[in-house]
Amino acid sequence: MAYSAFRIALEAIRGHAGWSPVWRDATPRAEYDVIVIGGGGHGLATAYYLAKAFGVARVAVLEKGWLGGGNVGRNTTIIRSNYLLDANEPFYEFSLKLWEGLSRELNYNAMVSQRGVLNLYHSDAQRDAFVRRGNAMLLHGADAELLDTEGVRELAPFLNFENARFPVKGGLLQRRGGTARHDAVAWGYARGASRLGIDIVQNCEVTGFRLKEGRCVGVETTRGPIAARTVGCAVAGSSSRLMGLAGLRLPLESHVLQAFVTEGLKPCVPGVITFGAGHFYVSQSDKGGLVFGGDIDGYNSYAQRGNLPVVEDVCEGGMALMPMIGRAKVLRMWGGNVDMSMDGSPIIDRTPVDGLFLNGGWCYGGFKATPASGWCFAHLLATGEPHPLAARYRLGRFLTGDLIDEKGMGAQPNLH
Amino acid sequence: MIIEHPLLGPRDAQEFVYLGDASLIDRPDGMAEDSVECFHDYLYLRSNPAGLHRELWFHEGGDRSWLVVTRDTVTHEIVKVELAADVARQRGRCR
Amino acid sequence: MSAPNRLSHRLPGGLIDRKRTLSFRFDGREYHGHPGDTLASALLAGGRMLMGRSFKYHRPRGPLTAGSEEPNALVELGGGACREPNARATTTELFDGLEARSQNRWPSLSFDVLAVNDLLAPFLTAGFYYKTFMWPRSFWDKVYEPAIRRAAGLGRLSGAADPDVYDKGFLHCDLLVVGGGPAGLTAALAAARAGARVILAEEDFRFGGRLNCDAGLFLGADQQDWISACVEELSSLENVRLMPRTMVFGAFDHGIFGALENNPPQAASGPRQVLWRIYARRTVLAAGAVERPIAFADNDRPGIMLAGAVRAYANRWAVAVGRQVVVFTNNDDGYRTAADLMAKGVEVPAIVDTRSDAAVDVGVPVFAGAAVVGTSGRLRLSGVKLRLSSGEERSLKCDALALGGGWNPNLHLTCHQGHRPVWREDIAAFVPGKAGPPGLRAAGAACGAFSTANALEGGRDAANDALEDLGFRRQDVKLPEAEGRTPSIVAFWHVRSKGGRAWVDFQNDVTVKDVELAHRENFRSVEHLKRYTTLGMAPDQGKTANVIGLAVMAELSGRTIPETGTTTFRPPYAPVSVAAFAGRSTGEDFRPRRLTPSHDWAAEQGAHFVEAGLWLRAQWFPRPGESHWRQTVDREVLATRGSVGICDVSTLGKIDVQGTDAAAFLNRVYCNGFAKLPVGRVRYGLMLREDGMAMDDGTTARLAEDHFVTTTTTANAVAVFRHMEFCRQSLWPGLDVQLVSTTEAWAQFAVAGPNSRRVLQRVVDPEFDISNEAFPFMACGEITVCGGLRARLFRISFSGELAYEIAVPTRYGDGLIRRLMEAGRDFDITPYGTEALGVMRVEKGHAAGGELNGTVTARNLGMERMVSAKKDSIGAPLSRRESLSGEDVLKLVGFCPLDPAQPLVAGSHLLPEGAAAQASNDQGYLTSAVYSPTLATPIALGFLKRGDARLGEVVDVANPLMGTRVRARVVSPHFFDPEGGRLRV
Repeated sequence: MAYSAFRIALEAIRGHAGWSPVWRDATPRAEYDVIVIGGGGHGLATAYYLAKAFGVARVAVLEKGWLGGGNVGRNTTIIRSNYLLDANEPFYEFSLKLWEGLSRELNYNAMVSQRGVLNLYHSDAQRDAFVRRGNAMLLHGADAELLDTEGVRELAPFLNFENARFPVKGGLLQRRGGTARHDAVAWGYARGASRLGIDIVQNCEVTGFRLKEGRCVGVETTRGPIAARTVGCAVAGSSSRLMGLAGLRLPLESHVLQAFVTEGLKPCVPGVITFGAGHFYVSQSDKGGLVFGGDIDGYNSYAQRGNLPVVEDVCEGGMALMPMIGRAKVLRMWGGNVDMSMDGSPIIDRTPVDGLFLNGGWCYGGFKATPASGWCFAHLLATGEPHPLAARYRLGRFLTGDLIDEKGMGAQPNLH
Repeated sequence: MIIEHPLLGPRDAQEFVYLGDASLIDRPDGMAEDSVECFHDYLYLRSNPAGLHRELWFHEGGDRSWLVVTRDTVTHEIVKVELAADVARQRGRCR
Repeated sequence: MSAPNRLSHRLPGGLIDRKRTLSFRFDGREYHGHPGDTLASALLAGGRMLMGRSFKYHRPRGPLTAGSEEPNALVELGGGACREPNARATTTELFDGLEARSQNRWPSLSFDVLAVNDLLAPFLTAGFYYKTFMWPRSFWDKVYEPAIRRAAGLGRLSGAADPDVYDKGFLHCDLLVVGGGPAGLTAALAAARAGARVILAEEDFRFGGRLNCDAGLFLGADQQDWISACVEELSSLENVRLMPRTMVFGAFDHGIFGALENNPPQAASGPRQVLWRIYARRTVLAAGAVERPIAFADNDRPGIMLAGAVRAYANRWAVAVGRQVVVFTNNDDGYRTAADLMAKGVEVPAIVDTRSDAAVDVGVPVFAGAAVVGTSGRLRLSGVKLRLSSGEERSLKCDALALGGGWNPNLHLTCHQGHRPVWREDIAAFVPGKAGPPGLRAAGAACGAFSTANALEGGRDAANDALEDLGFRRQDVKLPEAEGRTPSIVAFWHVRSKGGRAWVDFQNDVTVKDVELAHRENFRSVEHLKRYTTLGMAPDQGKTANVIGLAVMAELSGRTIPETGTTTFRPPYAPVSVAAFAGRSTGEDFRPRRLTPSHDWAAEQGAHFVEAGLWLRAQWFPRPGESHWRQTVDREVLATRGSVGICDVSTLGKIDVQGTDAAAFLNRVYCNGFAKLPVGRVRYGLMLREDGMAMDDGTTARLAEDHFVTTTTTANAVAVFRHMEFCRQSLWPGLDVQLVSTTEAWAQFAVAGPNSRRVLQRVVDPEFDISNEAFPFMACGEITVCGGLRARLFRISFSGELAYEIAVPTRYGDGLIRRLMEAGRDFDITPYGTEALGVMRVEKGHAAGGELNGTVTARNLGMERMVSAKKDSIGAPLSRRESLSGEDVLKLVGFCPLDPAQPLVAGSHLLPEGAAAQASNDQGYLTSAVYSPTLATPIALGFLKRGDARLGEVVDVANPLMGTRVRARVVSPHFFDPEGGRLRV
């Protein structure tokens, strides 16, 4: 069933009785060509592109709980391609291009809102780093603009320019960046994948891998064993737990990242704004809530909830940067478990177990990568070879030293 | 969170800085033949359990002790707190 | 006093102070009320029912509740910069002069143009936006999204900085009691009498909970007398802190609770709100329960209100919400409302009870097994339509409907750590599960004990159990005799009818049809239902809505409620202002300011300061006539190189390293050797992270065999000390070495330039020979200055000149800079700031923050020979990884533009001459760029692929971000005096 305004009008007349399930809940079959573990954004996108771009349709997506219940449904919905390093920027720019056509590709409005991502700087050193990054973006064919204080003031006159502890000196702006409706991304990919014949199985937890002569030949699940020649894991936040079932130790730690939303407000914040002298970034949702966040709590956690010090730290940053939000009220706070990797960059690679593949390590930035991650992981699962744009997201890079460390923080996950 | 400091009693976790897995105490021999591989495993690979986790915290806003805290990463319950120096000695580290 | 009919909804009695009249405005119109009123009660008393509009359909709405769970009556409070959006009229304490406005309507509350959405409702079903707005593509950005955004949102921020003061505080207690109703009060009494430290937090401005709202809960004793006695006793005790107007919003790890205390309106002093972190050994949750409505067609009209709220308005605020109030209920509680209203003389035309076995003889017509199937009235309810058990339909005239669908325990805090509630069929509600936050017990209605007697006992018993855990004696608190019947309920969630919309979530306009649509489209898990329909996402977070939505979904899918899912809650219990979380850390007080020892002196000189982390450092010292900072900086550089300059370098980290193994320790934390550094000498050290990247650099001076002083960069002072302590305590606990950070203990000044020795000789006490022979380059020593003041002198140089750093205890820093300036007057000694410091270090090719960016190795810096292969040191093994140790890596080199008129910009990328500006041609980047007044040309440092092998080559310095491209020659990074002759004179 194709979605359109016409279709809505038709259904309105018929009392909306004609809508059908957005995706089909499948009962797992005994065998598939490919099993994708994880019914979140990356897993569903992988399944969709496996069928759409690589012609592999005997695919199951296994989700432990409810579809889209992981980080795709818990993030602050930012999309952008403002990366510095060669290993990252082309990948994220590819992702942003996919975002730009996503709603039509999926016939599902993901409400991609390209209202700009503005990273503020407060010192000469930060400016130099942004100049380097902005130039890298331009050399890779992305868009970037450097603003001075006046340029920032024009865009966001409500920022604290008067009595700031760390005055705003300017910002790096990517106008094509912005936000998307996070849940809709999961649902849109699920619908697309389901329409291409892929089985989406909810409430099906993988409890083990079936190995034969060192090769992965399927999975054990709470709904019985399922065979497959290729198994891909896309369960960021829990990658270590899952791969531990195959006896692997990963260069990852699981951390909790909190996010916050205020009560609905009339439009007041354009695009996404990030504070460069504290932990705070914010955007305003289509519904009017200010969606904001800051740093991870900083300790290993699988709890999907955080603690007060970080809540206070984030709000302090918010008030320091935009004191007009003082009387906005925080409505809800929540946490997501993220895979913090050892250099702050993701992993899309084979594992030492044949037939078992990993997509993880997205730190706190996996949402924006969803389309490209799905595409590149599908490429890897379908062909056995890394996609050129994800060619450096290798597990082995820590041994060779081919690190992808945007922030230069080294092997300490909670600093990335 | 509250960390029961072995010397100072209960202290808010906000006084501390987190490092990570206590296995970082077990630094391999840098002069060994296979030191690159050993150090790769030591520095980069983590057990990252969902459950009890022994981890290093530094009392930066306090007495500058490094502590080994045994904490459940699912419930955040803390079951044990030790001085890292004591743990290091128990694991055979000395000079 | 205005026309009497304004107050005509007032009844006798109530907990308001009629001796005083307060006037206030709503949408510009004046109203009156009394102390004790809320905005909502005073408006209702004034005959005003319409208070808001719904989010999506802009339906006219009156209050549904009398508490913080209110979905409808959200208003803007106050004016100017103090304007607060989305305030609940139902909890806003009335004060004289209060200004409130309705929100999310245009042009007025009673005539709202966007109410057209209500007519379009057939098209605007749940999630309709996911299915359209995709054609034509360009319309999304330009037409659809801006329109959606304009229509969305509730109240407006003022747009100005919040001018009020907010504070934070920390409290510790044995027992925290959350909620000051019957259960909370007995809990607090028991604990208080046991001598425990007790905090009693109550969201309302009045203690008592439902005792204030319901009549006849006590059999004998006067409810208000009992509350007063409790409060009086509790306030008299030192070990009790009573906190009215305090909402405990979250249960965090290890017994830490977040609470928001509101100052009373118009309080003469104090912050607007205080955010408390409460450390509680045990907690009793006595937060009561929240009533829920029943879904039926057009159940959202102004005048339709929860039955308990109707009672509360009548009993506590002496307000009749209508003149003829029909009751619609599925449980006994509705009858209480009817009785209380009738006792106050309000007409109750009928009780409509969905239970077929409902009692019939209560002095009011009772329609058993009946339901309300429709309502009429636009801005105010004018009548209801009933469907009787016979199937017959009947209309009733009324101006209010009291709606009782049962009560949901306020168990939010029990869920904040991921625990799930359990379903209790007998009361048709979720109650706290067995597992919950450690140390927290629920009591009274919060755990599903709905009778007053149960609440009183439950509170006392929960407190006693907690006390016992803590080693206190149980207390026998004498309880007043109270009604003990648990109201019986037969779950009834929504009235099935053809046509009409039945609201589940009032604020977000989610109706039963939306739940049905979600079910049809496979959004059947609770989370999908919530996210797809937005059920429970409005400011009330579904407190009145979630369970009904869940129940409807359960019905549709043929499952029980617990099979369908559970409701869960995240903090905060009710919304908390961003400003409260920030407290005083705003504006210039966002973070502390660290000042250097010479700060006051520098300020006197007119220095321009710059933030360097938390430090404020002098950036340059302008002199009269200098119109551009470059003039100033050029002068400072030339004066230093020409004669002598002085700069405060106290911000550098300083770590005292002492012990018999101090040298061995440093030998392991630095990649280069320290074991053989002689006493009285300084050595440059490069510190690596364990991953082989450069972490920091600095000088280390050996003052004695077992005593070193290590310096770090300003930025890394804290991290380096932490790292060194880690190494000492966790890696080599057996080494005899102690560390102490002395950054704040010493004021340190660089005195640089050919005349620096002459200046210092006038300050250093004469017994210390600092001639070149006695005190050569890289010498150090403990000396005295100014006639006996102990000091440390280091002959080190960042500027490349003959230079010293001299350190004295911090409190003498201000004195020393003044003495040095005095001593150097003949030489025209020139203070210089961080900018000139930076220029001179770039001229010398020293790496600093721009170069030490966390991704460079010693090899990148051209220092690979410093990484000793003869010893084990932190970072050495992994620096040998293949991708880090090849020949093809980036190397630090210098750059000069071919045309000195063209500046170089840090952050530019390096391309082969004439190559296209694309990533495949990218060969490196500039890290630091300055104008060198010494060489009269712009110069820069940067990393270039194989740079050290390309000296003399011309490359393009591309900066497409600023639209420039400059040809530059690759040169040695040591632009000035590469042999270092000037250092050694």
